[in-house]
Amino acid sequence: MRYMVMHYQTQEMEDGVVPSPEQQVAIGEYMREASLSGVLLGGEGVHGSSKGARVEVTDGSVRVIDGPFAEGKELIGGFAILDVSSLEEAVEHARKFALIVGTHRVDVRQVVEFADLA
Amino acid sequence: MSTAAVDATIATLWRVESPRLIARLGRLVGDLDTAEELAQDTFTAAIEKWRADGIPDNPAAWLTTTSRYLAIDRIRRRDTGRDKLRTVAATTAEASGMDVDRIVDGDLADDLLGLIFMSCHPLLAPDARSALVLKLVCGLTTPEVARAFLTPESTVAQRIVRAKRTLAAANIRFELPGMDQRAERLDAVREVIYLVFNEGYAASTGDAWVRTDLCHEALRLGRMLAALTPRDPESLGLLALMEIQTSRLAARMGADGSAVLLLDQDRSRWDPWLIRRGLDLIDRIDALRGTAGPYALQAAIAACHARAATAGETDWLRIAALYDGLVQVVPSPVVELNRAVAVGRAFGAEAGLEIVAPLRSLPALASYHLLPAVAGDLECTAGLHEQARDDFLRAASLAGNAQDRATMHKRAAECAVHSA
Repeated sequence: MRYMVMHYQTQEMEDGVVPSPEQQVAIGEYMREASLSGVLLGGEGVHGSSKGARVEVTDGSVRVIDGPFAEGKELIGGFAILDVSSLEEAVEHARKFALIVGTHRVDVRQVVEFADLA
Repeated sequence: MSTAAVDATIATLWRVESPRLIARLGRLVGDLDTAEELAQDTFTAAIEKWRADGIPDNPAAWLTTTSRYLAIDRIRRRDTGRDKLRTVAATTAEASGMDVDRIVDGDLADDLLGLIFMSCHPLLAPDARSALVLKLVCGLTTPEVARAFLTPESTVAQRIVRAKRTLAAANIRFELPGMDQRAERLDAVREVIYLVFNEGYAASTGDAWVRTDLCHEALRLGRMLAALTPRDPESLGLLALMEIQTSRLAARMGADGSAVLLLDQDRSRWDPWLIRRGLDLIDRIDALRGTAGPYALQAAIAACHARAATAGETDWLRIAALYDGLVQVVPSPVVELNRAVAVGRAFGAEAGLEIVAPLRSLPALASYHLLPAVAGDLECTAGLHEQARDDFLRAASLAGNAQDRATMHKRAAECAVHSA
Protein backbone atom coordinates (compact mmCIF):
# COMPACT_ATOMS: atom_id res chain seq x y z
CA MET A 1 0.00 0.00 0.00
CA ARG A 2 1.23 3.45 -0.80
CA TYR A 3 0.93 6.31 1.62
CA MET A 4 1.55 9.98 1.09
CA VAL A 5 3.23 11.45 4.12
CA MET A 6 2.93 15.25 4.18
CA HIS A 7 4.63 17.47 6.68
CA TYR A 8 3.42 20.93 7.59
CA GLN A 9 5.86 23.77 7.43
CA THR A 10 7.12 25.85 10.31
CA GLN A 11 7.18 29.65 10.30
CA GLU A 12 10.93 29.40 9.61
CA MET A 13 10.30 27.33 6.51
CA GLU A 14 7.66 29.83 5.39
CA ASP A 15 10.13 32.65 5.99
CA GLY A 16 12.63 30.89 3.76
CA VAL A 17 15.10 30.01 6.52
CA VAL A 18 17.36 27.25 5.19
CA PRO A 19 17.67 24.23 7.52
CA SER A 20 20.90 24.18 9.52
CA PRO A 21 23.74 22.03 8.15
CA GLU A 22 23.15 19.56 11.01
CA GLN A 23 19.49 19.30 10.17
CA GLN A 24 20.24 18.90 6.47
CA VAL A 25 22.54 16.00 7.33
CA ALA A 26 19.86 14.47 9.57
CA ILE A 27 17.23 14.76 6.83
CA GLY A 28 19.64 13.27 4.31
CA GLU A 29 20.35 10.38 6.68
CA TYR A 30 16.66 9.77 7.16
CA MET A 31 16.02 9.75 3.40
CA ARG A 32 18.90 7.36 2.91
CA GLU A 33 17.74 5.06 5.66
CA ALA A 34 14.22 5.04 4.27
CA SER A 35 15.64 4.17 0.83
CA LEU A 36 17.77 1.42 2.32
CA SER A 37 14.72 -0.06 4.00
CA GLY A 38 12.99 -0.23 0.64
CA VAL A 39 9.95 1.84 1.58
CA LEU A 40 10.68 5.31 0.18
CA LEU A 41 9.46 5.69 -3.38
CA GLY A 42 10.12 9.41 -3.62
CA GLY A 43 9.51 12.74 -2.03
CA GLU A 44 10.17 16.45 -2.23
CA GLY A 45 10.15 19.53 -0.07
CA VAL A 46 8.53 22.76 -1.24
CA HIS A 47 9.54 26.40 -0.89
CA GLY A 48 7.67 28.92 1.23
CA SER A 49 4.36 30.16 -0.15
CA SER A 50 5.84 33.48 -1.37
CA LYS A 51 7.11 31.50 -4.36
CA GLY A 52 3.77 29.85 -4.96
CA ALA A 53 0.21 30.61 -5.95
CA ARG A 54 -3.28 29.41 -5.11
CA VAL A 55 -6.12 28.69 -7.49
CA GLU A 56 -9.52 29.11 -5.87
CA VAL A 57 -12.77 28.03 -7.43
CA THR A 58 -16.06 29.42 -6.08
CA ASP A 59 -19.28 28.43 -7.85
CA GLY A 60 -17.34 27.75 -11.02
CA SER A 61 -15.47 31.07 -11.12
CA VAL A 62 -11.72 30.89 -10.78
CA ARG A 63 -9.46 33.26 -8.90
CA VAL A 64 -5.69 33.03 -8.92
CA ILE A 65 -3.93 34.41 -5.85
CA ASP A 66 -0.18 34.84 -5.60
CA GLY A 67 1.64 33.89 -2.40
CA PRO A 68 2.57 34.41 0.34
CA PHE A 69 -0.42 33.17 2.30
CA ALA A 70 -1.17 34.26 5.83
CA GLU A 71 -1.68 30.92 7.57
CA GLY A 72 1.92 29.68 7.11
CA LYS A 73 1.67 26.83 9.58
CA GLU A 74 -1.33 25.35 7.77
CA LEU A 75 0.66 24.86 4.58
CA ILE A 76 2.34 21.67 3.38
CA GLY A 77 6.15 21.78 3.55
CA GLY A 78 6.79 18.66 1.54
CA PHE A 79 5.76 15.08 0.97
CA ALA A 80 7.07 11.56 0.66
CA ILE A 81 5.50 8.49 -0.91
CA LEU A 82 6.04 5.32 1.11
CA ASP A 83 5.25 1.75 0.12
CA VAL A 84 4.49 -0.16 3.32
CA SER A 85 2.19 -2.96 4.40
CA SER A 86 0.04 -1.06 6.89
CA LEU A 87 -1.03 2.36 8.11
CA GLU A 88 0.78 1.65 11.39
CA GLU A 89 4.03 1.16 9.51
CA ALA A 90 3.58 4.41 7.62
CA VAL A 91 2.92 6.17 10.94
CA GLU A 92 6.18 4.89 12.43
CA HIS A 93 8.14 6.20 9.46
CA ALA A 94 6.28 9.50 9.70
CA ARG A 95 7.04 9.75 13.40
CA LYS A 96 10.77 9.49 12.73
CA PHE A 97 10.59 12.02 9.95
CA ALA A 98 8.54 14.49 11.99
CA LEU A 99 11.19 14.55 14.74
CA ILE A 100 14.03 15.01 12.28
CA VAL A 101 12.47 17.66 10.06
CA GLY A 102 11.21 19.60 13.08
CA THR A 103 7.62 20.04 12.01
CA HIS A 104 4.60 20.37 14.27
CA ARG A 105 2.42 18.05 12.20
CA VAL A 106 2.62 15.25 9.65
CA ASP A 107 -0.42 13.85 7.84
CA VAL A 108 -0.42 10.24 6.69
CA ARG A 109 -2.89 9.45 3.89
CA GLN A 110 -3.37 6.32 1.81
CA VAL A 111 -2.91 6.70 -1.93
CA VAL A 112 -5.93 5.63 -4.01
CA GLU A 113 -5.09 2.76 -6.34
CA PHE A 114 -6.98 1.14 -9.19
CA ALA A 115 -8.26 -1.69 -7.01
CA ASP A 116 -9.88 0.87 -4.66
CA LEU A 117 -11.97 2.25 -7.51
CA ALA A 118 -13.42 -1.06 -8.65
CA MET B 1 -2.58 4.15 26.00
CA SER B 2 -3.97 0.64 26.45
CA THR B 3 -1.71 -2.40 26.70
CA ALA B 4 -3.15 -3.69 23.44
CA ALA B 5 -2.31 -0.43 21.66
CA VAL B 6 1.23 -0.47 23.07
CA ASP B 7 1.69 -4.08 21.94
CA ALA B 8 0.38 -3.27 18.46
CA THR B 9 2.84 -0.39 18.13
CA ILE B 10 5.68 -2.63 19.32
CA ALA B 11 4.74 -5.28 16.74
CA THR B 12 4.89 -2.62 14.01
CA LEU B 13 8.18 -1.28 15.36
CA TRP B 14 9.63 -4.78 15.14
CA ARG B 15 8.83 -4.81 11.46
CA VAL B 16 10.23 -1.30 10.88
CA GLU B 17 13.24 -1.28 13.20
CA SER B 18 14.39 -4.88 13.72
CA PRO B 19 16.29 -5.29 10.41
CA ARG B 20 18.38 -2.19 11.17
CA LEU B 21 18.95 -3.31 14.77
CA ILE B 22 19.91 -6.86 13.85
CA ALA B 23 22.23 -5.63 11.09
CA ARG B 24 24.02 -3.26 13.47
CA LEU B 25 24.12 -5.71 16.38
CA GLY B 26 25.47 -8.32 14.01
CA ARG B 27 28.47 -6.21 13.22
CA LEU B 28 29.01 -5.62 16.94
CA VAL B 29 28.75 -9.17 18.23
CA GLY B 30 29.70 -11.11 15.13
CA ASP B 31 27.08 -13.83 14.91
CA LEU B 32 23.52 -13.90 13.76
CA ASP B 33 22.02 -15.85 16.62
CA THR B 34 23.29 -13.44 19.26
CA ALA B 35 22.32 -10.41 17.19
CA GLU B 36 18.76 -11.64 16.84
CA GLU B 37 18.62 -12.59 20.51
CA LEU B 38 19.79 -9.11 21.53
CA ALA B 39 17.20 -7.51 19.25
CA GLN B 40 14.52 -9.64 20.89
CA ASP B 41 15.81 -8.72 24.35
CA THR B 42 15.59 -5.07 23.36
CA PHE B 43 11.94 -5.44 22.40
CA THR B 44 11.19 -7.44 25.53
CA ALA B 45 12.59 -4.57 27.56
CA ALA B 46 10.45 -2.17 25.52
CA ILE B 47 7.28 -4.15 26.24
CA GLU B 48 7.91 -4.05 29.99
CA LYS B 49 8.84 -0.41 30.13
CA TRP B 50 6.30 0.95 27.66
CA ARG B 51 3.35 -0.98 29.11
CA ALA B 52 4.09 0.83 32.36
CA ASP B 53 5.19 4.26 31.12
CA GLY B 54 3.67 4.55 27.66
CA ILE B 55 5.46 4.80 24.34
CA PRO B 56 8.31 7.32 24.27
CA ASP B 57 8.21 10.16 21.76
CA ASN B 58 11.06 8.65 19.81
CA PRO B 59 10.76 4.87 20.13
CA ALA B 60 13.33 4.20 17.37
CA ALA B 61 16.00 6.10 19.28
CA TRP B 62 15.02 4.33 22.50
CA LEU B 63 15.40 0.94 20.82
CA THR B 64 18.79 1.86 19.34
CA THR B 65 20.17 3.07 22.67
CA THR B 66 18.84 0.10 24.59
CA SER B 67 20.12 -2.45 22.08
CA ARG B 68 23.54 -0.84 22.21
CA TYR B 69 23.55 -1.01 26.00
CA LEU B 70 22.49 -4.67 25.99
CA ALA B 71 25.18 -5.53 23.42
CA ILE B 72 27.97 -3.86 25.38
CA ASP B 73 26.76 -5.61 28.51
CA ARG B 74 26.80 -8.92 26.69
CA ILE B 75 30.31 -8.39 25.36
CA ARG B 76 31.60 -7.50 28.82
CA ARG B 77 30.02 -10.59 30.30
CA ARG B 78 32.15 -12.73 28.04
CA ASP B 79 34.75 -12.52 30.84
CA THR B 80 32.63 -14.84 32.91
CA GLY B 81 33.95 -17.49 30.60
CA ARG B 82 30.71 -19.23 29.71
CA ASP B 83 29.69 -16.86 26.96
CA LYS B 84 30.10 -18.09 23.45
CA LEU B 85 30.91 -14.54 22.43
CA ARG B 86 34.44 -14.90 23.76
CA THR B 87 36.05 -15.44 20.38
CA VAL B 88 33.92 -13.26 18.18
CA ALA B 89 33.96 -10.34 20.58
CA ALA B 90 37.71 -10.65 20.82
CA THR B 91 38.06 -10.19 17.11
CA THR B 92 35.51 -7.42 16.73
CA ALA B 93 34.93 -5.03 19.61
CA GLU B 94 37.96 -5.85 21.76
CA ALA B 95 40.48 -5.82 18.98
CA SER B 96 39.62 -2.21 18.24
CA GLY B 97 39.92 -1.20 21.88
CA MET B 98 36.20 -1.67 22.54
CA ASP B 99 35.36 1.21 20.26
CA VAL B 100 31.70 0.30 20.29
CA ASP B 101 30.48 3.62 18.97
CA ARG B 102 32.64 3.35 15.91
CA ILE B 103 31.25 -0.11 15.18
CA VAL B 104 27.65 0.76 15.92
CA ASP B 105 27.80 3.93 13.87
CA GLY B 106 29.46 2.18 10.93
CA ASP B 107 27.85 2.28 7.55
CA LEU B 108 24.28 1.04 7.75
CA ALA B 109 24.34 0.03 4.10
CA ASP B 110 27.24 -2.35 4.74
CA ASP B 111 25.51 -3.76 7.80
CA LEU B 112 22.27 -4.40 5.92
CA LEU B 113 24.10 -5.88 2.97
CA GLY B 114 25.98 -8.14 5.39
CA LEU B 115 22.65 -9.28 6.85
CA ILE B 116 21.28 -10.01 3.39
CA PHE B 117 24.41 -11.88 2.31
CA MET B 118 24.28 -13.95 5.47
CA SER B 119 20.59 -14.79 5.05
CA CYS B 120 21.22 -15.86 1.47
CA HIS B 121 24.40 -17.82 2.18
CA PRO B 122 25.10 -20.56 -0.39
CA LEU B 123 25.46 -23.10 2.43
CA LEU B 124 21.72 -22.85 3.02
CA ALA B 125 18.98 -24.54 1.01
CA PRO B 126 16.89 -22.15 -1.13
CA ASP B 127 13.77 -22.44 1.05
CA ALA B 128 15.85 -21.69 4.15
CA ARG B 129 17.36 -18.64 2.46
CA SER B 130 14.00 -17.16 1.54
CA ALA B 131 12.53 -17.84 4.99
CA LEU B 132 15.54 -16.26 6.69
CA VAL B 133 15.63 -13.20 4.45
CA LEU B 134 11.90 -12.50 4.96
CA LYS B 135 12.28 -12.90 8.70
CA LEU B 136 15.47 -10.93 9.26
CA VAL B 137 15.55 -8.40 6.44
CA CYS B 138 11.83 -7.76 6.00
CA GLY B 139 11.07 -8.12 9.71
CA LEU B 140 8.26 -10.65 9.22
CA THR B 141 7.37 -12.93 12.13
CA THR B 142 7.60 -16.71 11.75
CA PRO B 143 3.78 -17.05 11.44
CA GLU B 144 3.81 -14.36 8.75
CA VAL B 145 6.54 -16.16 6.81
CA ALA B 146 4.58 -19.41 7.15
CA ARG B 147 1.41 -17.74 5.88
CA ALA B 148 3.26 -16.20 2.95
CA PHE B 149 4.63 -19.55 1.81
CA LEU B 150 1.47 -21.52 2.70
CA THR B 151 3.69 -23.72 4.85
CA PRO B 152 2.95 -24.93 8.41
CA GLU B 153 4.42 -22.66 11.06
CA SER B 154 6.35 -25.51 12.68
CA THR B 155 8.04 -26.32 9.36
CA VAL B 156 9.15 -22.72 8.88
CA ALA B 157 10.34 -22.45 12.49
CA GLN B 158 12.40 -25.62 12.08
CA ARG B 159 13.80 -24.41 8.79
CA ILE B 160 14.98 -21.17 10.39
CA VAL B 161 16.47 -22.88 13.44
CA ARG B 162 18.33 -25.33 11.20
CA ALA B 163 19.58 -22.53 8.95
CA LYS B 164 20.97 -20.58 11.88
CA ARG B 165 22.58 -23.73 13.25
CA THR B 166 24.21 -24.37 9.86
CA LEU B 167 25.63 -20.85 9.76
CA ALA B 168 26.91 -21.13 13.34
CA ALA B 169 28.46 -24.57 12.79
CA ALA B 170 30.32 -23.36 9.71
CA ASN B 171 31.44 -20.32 11.71
CA ILE B 172 30.01 -17.99 9.09
CA ARG B 173 30.82 -14.51 10.27
CA PHE B 174 28.55 -11.51 10.07
CA GLU B 175 30.40 -9.58 7.44
CA LEU B 176 30.63 -8.58 3.83
CA PRO B 177 32.29 -11.13 1.58
CA GLY B 178 35.46 -10.00 -0.16
CA MET B 179 35.23 -8.24 -3.49
CA ASP B 180 36.09 -11.45 -5.37
CA GLN B 181 33.16 -13.28 -3.80
CA ARG B 182 30.81 -10.32 -3.88
CA ALA B 183 29.54 -10.76 -7.46
CA GLU B 184 28.88 -14.45 -6.97
CA ARG B 185 27.05 -13.87 -3.71
CA LEU B 186 25.01 -11.05 -5.24
CA ASP B 187 23.83 -13.53 -7.87
CA ALA B 188 22.66 -15.83 -5.07
CA VAL B 189 20.86 -12.94 -3.35
CA ARG B 190 19.08 -11.92 -6.55
CA GLU B 191 18.06 -15.52 -7.14
CA VAL B 192 16.45 -15.69 -3.69
CA ILE B 193 14.59 -12.41 -4.19
CA TYR B 194 13.28 -13.45 -7.61
CA LEU B 195 12.31 -16.84 -6.22
CA VAL B 196 10.22 -15.15 -3.54
CA PHE B 197 8.71 -12.88 -6.17
CA ASN B 198 7.75 -15.73 -8.49
CA GLU B 199 6.35 -17.71 -5.60
CA GLY B 200 3.85 -14.88 -5.33
CA TYR B 201 3.53 -13.94 -8.99
CA ALA B 202 3.13 -17.33 -10.62
CA ALA B 203 1.26 -18.97 -7.78
CA SER B 204 -1.22 -21.55 -8.93
CA THR B 205 -2.60 -22.37 -5.52
CA GLY B 206 -3.75 -20.56 -2.43
CA ASP B 207 -5.28 -17.29 -1.43
CA ALA B 208 -4.50 -14.62 -4.03
CA TRP B 209 -4.19 -11.87 -1.46
CA VAL B 210 -1.45 -13.67 0.44
CA ARG B 211 0.53 -14.22 -2.75
CA THR B 212 0.32 -10.56 -3.75
CA ASP B 213 1.81 -9.89 -0.35
CA LEU B 214 4.76 -12.09 -1.22
CA CYS B 215 5.34 -10.11 -4.45
CA HIS B 216 5.44 -6.92 -2.43
CA GLU B 217 7.94 -8.32 0.07
CA ALA B 218 10.21 -9.35 -2.82
CA LEU B 219 9.76 -5.93 -4.38
CA ARG B 220 10.76 -4.30 -1.11
CA LEU B 221 13.86 -6.55 -0.91
CA GLY B 222 14.67 -5.63 -4.50
CA ARG B 223 14.38 -1.93 -3.67
CA MET B 224 16.71 -2.44 -0.73
CA LEU B 225 19.24 -4.27 -2.84
CA ALA B 226 19.13 -1.60 -5.55
CA ALA B 227 19.66 1.09 -2.90
CA LEU B 228 22.57 -0.89 -1.45
CA THR B 229 24.23 -1.59 -4.81
CA PRO B 230 23.15 1.42 -6.90
CA ARG B 231 25.75 0.88 -9.61
CA ASP B 232 25.08 -2.80 -10.17
CA PRO B 233 23.14 -3.17 -13.44
CA GLU B 234 21.81 -6.60 -12.52
CA SER B 235 20.41 -5.42 -9.17
CA LEU B 236 18.74 -2.53 -10.97
CA GLY B 237 17.59 -4.97 -13.66
CA LEU B 238 16.01 -7.32 -11.14
CA LEU B 239 14.20 -4.40 -9.53
CA ALA B 240 13.05 -2.99 -12.88
CA LEU B 241 11.73 -6.41 -13.87
CA MET B 242 9.79 -6.78 -10.60
CA GLU B 243 8.44 -3.20 -10.66
CA ILE B 244 7.09 -3.72 -14.20
CA GLN B 245 5.71 -7.19 -13.52
CA THR B 246 4.04 -5.95 -10.33
CA SER B 247 2.45 -3.12 -12.31
CA ARG B 248 0.41 -5.79 -14.12
CA LEU B 249 -0.77 -7.72 -11.06
CA ALA B 250 -4.28 -6.28 -11.09
CA ALA B 251 -4.68 -6.83 -14.84
CA ARG B 252 -3.39 -10.38 -14.99
CA MET B 253 -6.27 -11.88 -13.09
CA GLY B 254 -9.70 -12.23 -14.67
CA ALA B 255 -12.96 -11.72 -12.79
CA ASP B 256 -13.17 -15.51 -12.31
CA GLY B 257 -9.61 -15.67 -10.94
CA SER B 258 -8.13 -17.10 -14.14
CA ALA B 259 -4.86 -15.82 -15.55
CA VAL B 260 -5.11 -13.19 -18.31
CA LEU B 261 -2.19 -13.36 -20.74
CA LEU B 262 -0.02 -10.31 -21.28
CA LEU B 263 -1.31 -9.44 -24.75
CA ASP B 264 -4.95 -9.75 -23.62
CA GLN B 265 -4.61 -7.58 -20.53
CA ASP B 266 -6.49 -4.31 -20.06
CA ARG B 267 -3.51 -1.94 -20.08
CA SER B 268 -5.44 0.85 -18.38
CA ARG B 269 -5.25 -1.31 -15.26
CA TRP B 270 -1.45 -1.41 -15.28
CA ASP B 271 -0.03 0.63 -12.43
CA PRO B 272 1.57 3.72 -14.04
CA TRP B 273 3.64 4.54 -10.92
CA LEU B 274 5.39 1.19 -10.98
CA ILE B 275 5.89 1.29 -14.75
CA ARG B 276 7.47 4.73 -14.43
CA ARG B 277 9.82 3.41 -11.75
CA GLY B 278 10.71 0.41 -13.89
CA LEU B 279 11.42 2.55 -16.96
CA ASP B 280 13.54 4.99 -14.91
CA LEU B 281 15.61 2.05 -13.73
CA ILE B 282 16.09 0.92 -17.34
CA ASP B 283 17.46 4.40 -18.13
CA ARG B 284 19.86 4.12 -15.20
CA ILE B 285 21.03 0.70 -16.41
CA ASP B 286 21.62 2.11 -19.91
CA ALA B 287 23.62 4.99 -18.42
CA LEU B 288 25.93 2.50 -16.70
CA ARG B 289 26.87 1.14 -20.15
CA GLY B 290 27.80 -2.31 -18.87
CA THR B 291 27.15 -5.61 -20.62
CA ALA B 292 23.55 -6.50 -19.98
CA GLY B 293 23.01 -9.58 -17.81
CA PRO B 294 19.93 -11.80 -17.62
CA TYR B 295 17.87 -9.59 -15.29
CA ALA B 296 18.66 -6.39 -17.18
CA LEU B 297 17.69 -8.10 -20.46
CA GLN B 298 14.45 -9.50 -19.07
CA ALA B 299 13.68 -6.08 -17.64
CA ALA B 300 14.32 -4.50 -21.05
CA ILE B 301 11.89 -6.98 -22.61
CA ALA B 302 9.28 -6.21 -19.94
CA ALA B 303 9.86 -2.51 -20.61
CA CYS B 304 9.05 -2.96 -24.33
CA HIS B 305 5.64 -4.30 -23.37
CA ALA B 306 5.19 -1.56 -20.76
CA ARG B 307 5.91 1.16 -23.34
CA ALA B 308 3.30 -0.11 -25.81
CA ALA B 309 -0.04 1.64 -25.29
CA THR B 310 -1.80 -1.29 -26.99
CA ALA B 311 -0.69 -4.87 -27.68
CA GLY B 312 -0.61 -3.99 -31.40
CA GLU B 313 2.05 -1.32 -30.81
CA THR B 314 4.53 -3.77 -29.26
CA ASP B 315 8.06 -3.35 -30.62
CA TRP B 316 8.60 -7.02 -31.52
CA LEU B 317 11.80 -6.28 -33.48
CA ARG B 318 13.43 -4.96 -30.33
CA ILE B 319 12.04 -7.78 -28.20
CA ALA B 320 13.41 -10.37 -30.67
CA ALA B 321 16.83 -8.68 -30.53
CA LEU B 322 16.75 -8.71 -26.72
CA TYR B 323 15.87 -12.41 -26.75
CA ASP B 324 18.89 -12.99 -29.01
CA GLY B 325 20.96 -11.47 -26.22
CA LEU B 326 19.16 -13.43 -23.52
CA VAL B 327 19.81 -16.85 -25.12
CA GLN B 328 23.48 -15.90 -25.24
CA VAL B 329 23.74 -15.22 -21.51
CA VAL B 330 21.27 -17.82 -20.23
CA PRO B 331 20.90 -20.48 -22.91
CA SER B 332 17.88 -22.62 -22.09
CA PRO B 333 15.17 -24.35 -24.12
CA VAL B 334 12.42 -22.29 -22.45
CA VAL B 335 14.14 -19.00 -23.29
CA GLU B 336 14.64 -20.27 -26.84
CA LEU B 337 10.91 -21.03 -27.04
CA ASN B 338 10.10 -17.50 -25.89
CA ARG B 339 12.50 -16.21 -28.52
CA ALA B 340 10.53 -18.19 -31.13
CA VAL B 341 7.38 -16.30 -30.11
CA ALA B 342 9.12 -12.92 -30.42
CA VAL B 343 10.79 -13.80 -33.73
CA GLY B 344 7.46 -15.10 -35.04
CA ARG B 345 5.83 -11.73 -34.26
CA ALA B 346 8.77 -9.71 -35.57
CA PHE B 347 9.71 -11.60 -38.74
CA GLY B 348 6.73 -13.82 -39.53
CA ALA B 349 5.45 -17.17 -38.33
CA GLU B 350 7.80 -19.21 -40.55
CA ALA B 351 10.86 -17.63 -38.91
CA GLY B 352 9.41 -18.55 -35.52
CA LEU B 353 8.70 -22.12 -36.61
CA GLU B 354 12.32 -22.54 -37.69
CA ILE B 355 13.37 -21.93 -34.08
CA VAL B 356 10.68 -24.26 -32.72
CA ALA B 357 11.58 -27.21 -34.99
CA PRO B 358 14.81 -28.32 -33.24
CA LEU B 359 13.20 -27.84 -29.80
CA ARG B 360 10.69 -30.62 -30.50
CA SER B 361 13.33 -33.32 -30.10
CA LEU B 362 14.62 -32.01 -26.74
CA PRO B 363 13.79 -34.32 -23.81
CA ALA B 364 13.66 -31.28 -21.50
CA LEU B 365 10.59 -29.96 -23.32
CA ALA B 366 8.98 -33.33 -24.14
CA SER B 367 6.10 -32.81 -21.71
CA TYR B 368 6.07 -28.99 -21.70
CA HIS B 369 2.61 -28.00 -22.95
CA LEU B 370 3.71 -24.54 -24.04
CA LEU B 371 5.95 -26.00 -26.77
CA PRO B 372 3.07 -27.38 -28.88
CA ALA B 373 0.95 -24.39 -27.83
CA VAL B 374 3.50 -21.96 -29.28
CA ALA B 375 4.01 -24.17 -32.35
CA GLY B 376 0.23 -24.32 -32.88
CA ASP B 377 -0.08 -20.56 -32.62
CA LEU B 378 2.69 -19.98 -35.19
CA GLU B 379 1.27 -22.65 -37.56
CA CYS B 380 -2.16 -21.13 -37.26
CA THR B 381 -0.76 -17.74 -38.32
CA ALA B 382 1.15 -19.40 -41.17
CA GLY B 383 -2.08 -21.01 -42.43
CA LEU B 384 -0.99 -24.53 -41.51
CA HIS B 385 -4.30 -25.32 -39.84
CA GLU B 386 -4.12 -29.10 -39.71
CA GLN B 387 -0.71 -29.12 -38.09
CA ALA B 388 -1.85 -26.39 -35.75
CA ARG B 389 -4.86 -28.45 -34.69
CA ASP B 390 -2.66 -31.47 -33.93
CA ASP B 391 -0.32 -29.31 -31.86
CA PHE B 392 -3.15 -27.68 -29.90
CA LEU B 393 -4.60 -31.12 -29.10
CA ARG B 394 -1.16 -32.27 -27.98
CA ALA B 395 -0.85 -29.14 -25.82
CA ALA B 396 -4.26 -29.89 -24.30
CA SER B 397 -3.16 -33.40 -23.38
CA LEU B 398 -0.05 -32.06 -21.65
CA ALA B 399 -1.63 -29.07 -19.89
CA GLY B 400 -1.64 -29.29 -16.10
CA ASN B 401 -4.72 -27.25 -15.32
CA ALA B 402 -8.26 -27.30 -16.62
CA GLN B 403 -8.20 -23.68 -17.74
CA ASP B 404 -5.25 -24.26 -20.10
CA ARG B 405 -6.78 -27.49 -21.39
CA ALA B 406 -10.03 -25.78 -22.26
CA THR B 407 -8.21 -22.97 -24.10
CA MET B 408 -6.20 -25.46 -26.15
CA HIS B 409 -9.29 -27.49 -27.09
CA LYS B 410 -11.02 -24.30 -28.17
CA ARG B 411 -8.12 -23.30 -30.39
CA ALA B 412 -7.94 -26.81 -31.88
CA ALA B 413 -11.62 -26.56 -32.75
CA GLU B 414 -11.08 -23.19 -34.46
CA CYS B 415 -8.32 -24.76 -36.59
CA ALA B 416 -10.61 -27.62 -37.60
CA VAL B 417 -13.08 -25.08 -38.99
CA HIS B 418 -10.34 -23.46 -41.08
CA SER B 419 -8.93 -26.68 -42.46
CA ALA B 420 -12.35 -28.11 -43.31
